[in-house]
Amino acid sequence: MHPILILVSQRVALGLFLLLAASVLIFAGTMILPGDVAQSILGQSATPEALANLRAELGLNDPPVTRYFNWLFGALQGDLGTALTNGQDIASSLGRRLGNTMFLAFWAAVIAVPLAIFLGLLAVRYRNRWPDKLISGVTLASISIPEFLIGYLLVYFVAVKLGWFSSVSMINDSMSLGEKLSAIALPVGVLVLVVLAHMMRMTRAAILNVMQSAYIETAELKGLSGFNVIFRHAFPNAIAPIVNVVMLNLAYLVVGVVVVEVVFVYPGMGQYLVDHVSKRDVPVVQACGLVFAAVYIGLNMVADIVAILSNPRLRHPK
Amino acid sequence: MTGKIDQNHIDYLKVRAGMGRISRREFMGRMGALGVSAAMAGTFYAQAVHAAGPVKGGMMRMGVSGGESTNSLDPALAASPVPYNVLNQFGETLINVDENGELEMRLAESVEASADAKTWMFKIRSGVEFHNGKPLTAEDVMRTMERHSNEDSKSGALGIMRGITSMKVEGDMFIVGLDTANADLPFLMGDYHLMIQPDGGFDNPAAGIGTGPYMVEAEEPGVRYMFKKNPNYWDSSRGHVDEVEILSINDTTARMGALQSGQVHLVNRVDPKVAALLDRAPGLSVKNVGGPGHYVFIMHCDTEPFLNNDLRLALKYAIDREDLVDKVLRGYGSVGNDMPVNASYPLFDASIPQREYDPEKAAEHYAKSGHDGSPIILRVSDVAFPGAVEAAQLFQQTANAAGIPLELKREPGDGYWSEVWNVQPFCASYWGGRPVQDQMYSTAYLSSADWNDTRFKREDFDALLLQARGELDADKRKALYSEMGMMVRDEGGLICPMFNDFVEGVSDKVQGWVADPTGELMSGTATHKCWLTA
Repeated sequence: MHPILILVSQRVALGLFLLLAASVLIFAGTMILPGDVAQSILGQSATPEALANLRAELGLNDPPVTRYFNWLFGALQGDLGTALTNGQDIASSLGRRLGNTMFLAFWAAVIAVPLAIFLGLLAVRYRNRWPDKLISGVTLASISIPEFLIGYLLVYFVAVKLGWFSSVSMINDSMSLGEKLSAIALPVGVLVLVVLAHMMRMTRAAILNVMQSAYIETAELKGLSGFNVIFRHAFPNAIAPIVNVVMLNLAYLVVGVVVVEVVFVYPGMGQYLVDHVSKRDVPVVQACGLVFAAVYIGLNMVADIVAILSNPRLRHPK
Repeated sequence: MTGKIDQNHIDYLKVRAGMGRISRREFMGRMGALGVSAAMAGTFYAQAVHAAGPVKGGMMRMGVSGGESTNSLDPALAASPVPYNVLNQFGETLINVDENGELEMRLAESVEASADAKTWMFKIRSGVEFHNGKPLTAEDVMRTMERHSNEDSKSGALGIMRGITSMKVEGDMFIVGLDTANADLPFLMGDYHLMIQPDGGFDNPAAGIGTGPYMVEAEEPGVRYMFKKNPNYWDSSRGHVDEVEILSINDTTARMGALQSGQVHLVNRVDPKVAALLDRAPGLSVKNVGGPGHYVFIMHCDTEPFLNNDLRLALKYAIDREDLVDKVLRGYGSVGNDMPVNASYPLFDASIPQREYDPEKAAEHYAKSGHDGSPIILRVSDVAFPGAVEAAQLFQQTANAAGIPLELKREPGDGYWSEVWNVQPFCASYWGGRPVQDQMYSTAYLSSADWNDTRFKREDFDALLLQARGELDADKRKALYSEMGMMVRDEGGLICPMFNDFVEGVSDKVQGWVADPTGELMSGTATHKCWLTA
């Protein structure tokens, strides 16, 4: 078998093991939190009888280990169960939220990744001159401002004052693609600003590192243009660290945007998870946790594999 | 300008306003230019718009705080503002409490009591249909009440159903038997959990089928709810818009932004800190109305050191209520008097003297209590009520000034209601209030009440409560309530510094708004009673 295939299957197996470990951790974590789902649903209006009835109905009186394995066997058979709090099917409501999150992350990535790499290349080309300093300054400023503040600023100026885009980014199935894109314009803008700096700085640093090499000097001596040297000769050798950072940021776009979701009232996974954690709705928390863990593990695996493929020495081991 | 020209101009503007051609703000501005006082102009505007009558059609959108993706359509499980407003679109109760605190017949056509107030007969309205086409019967009403009160019930209304010993149906009458007399039973039937469902909702509690003016079209918990008009709604005086959308917007700034950019017509829970600023924004106004809801610091009367009434009194004298209303509520509220009731309740005795901040009396009572000087811990969290931490800090300063070693302990918001409230001896909390005094006292001050969060256990108080409950003579009842109020005020564990207003943002396109102190967003009926102008 090809060594790359062996490597990939090893990684996948390890990833599955990590997912199982994550599910145990999430379950244990939600057990440690004070209060249970019955108490959280009924809140201040809970009477002892109502609590007892709700607990019995939701099966909260079974020992935790039994509940965990019941959940695990269901999940292995593809049945994520129903939410304890509102009885909705987890797979379908989670699917819709995940779709929304992916939609937002996709459009943010489509803009942010090429833009970050391009700006990184540009910064290298004009390093230590004003374009480099301007790009670094602006992106560092945008990453340093908390994302909710950027969100509020955009809402105030773009939505309230100018009225260009909507301040509430609620999307639903009856909207056309154009309407959806217009609805998510502001959160996409915020996310692009937030992830740009990290990827741009890494591109710049990785390429500058390669630029010290002798073969770059050769390329320059051959008389190639500055940008050509960077893009054709330096960039391919700097891909591994750049892909790593890009993947980390993509993972952030999927799992870490709850604040942006709240500011723009976007129906994504983040708010969905937070609501269910605060209600101790374990099956939903488990399902969300697994999705998030799978996204992280999957993207990191892609980064590793790309790093290997881009390096001939790792691609053809002796 | 002569008076004559003015009058013509005023009439012209009134016609324009009635047609919805000019906004309230513009109307007020032009009236001001004609030398009409703001109060007068406001009256003119309301007259003009009401005279023109409700406009039909359109989609009314509300941005409501307090919704989670865990919400269900089951009325029994509703506990936060979004489910409350959602229920009020598709469901109806037997009776409502209107904006004047009076009973308003909804699915019950009339109600009668036996002379001893132990048997209550509700005549169920005929010709009402559920959204699924099934006609409403007294049987449905009884099954609904059963679901909220039987032994498997997990309903938020279980507490108020406890006094009911028998229920039966005779023709179109629904008859309730009580163990003790209760003159307020009809008010209890207005509780928002008790939405009448076909067959009581036994087969599918979260079906979202009721008799209300709007039918559930789309349900996305924690995101949005869509409703369309119920074509067979029985009450033609309500339900003017074609569609209603409720957006769950928990972030305060996002909610205000949505109102300002015109994406929603109504928002609840305007932060008092920004209310005055928001009111100045074009195209909308901020409405506030005093209600029965109050913010509290509660001490367990049966736990050291609060066992000692002098210590409790010391703390009650050591809080500056006026200052809290000014600083925490920014004036959108009124001072409390260490009783859970205020003038918004029927039969309230306004002659009870107001307790003031008095550091000398506080110090005196503190010395008399013989407290050893160890710190008194007040637990507080942001979720206790908006501004709770700031309120507690102000309380700490005034208490320390009186020589009382009050210390604050901040608790995490997550789990506050299960771990701190009703568990720890001294903490911050809030009460939403109840329509009548009896319900407020029986919910939280009766010895046997589950939510007796001050552990106020007094047999003489319980006896007074039961006596008042069965007393049909209003004057005698009022005297009994006054006596009970004084007991809680002087001997209870409740420090009630303030009653909070409902503060809401309303677009100028919304007409027909009335101040309703009984609940949020006109007690959940804003979409029933208001209409939209262009």
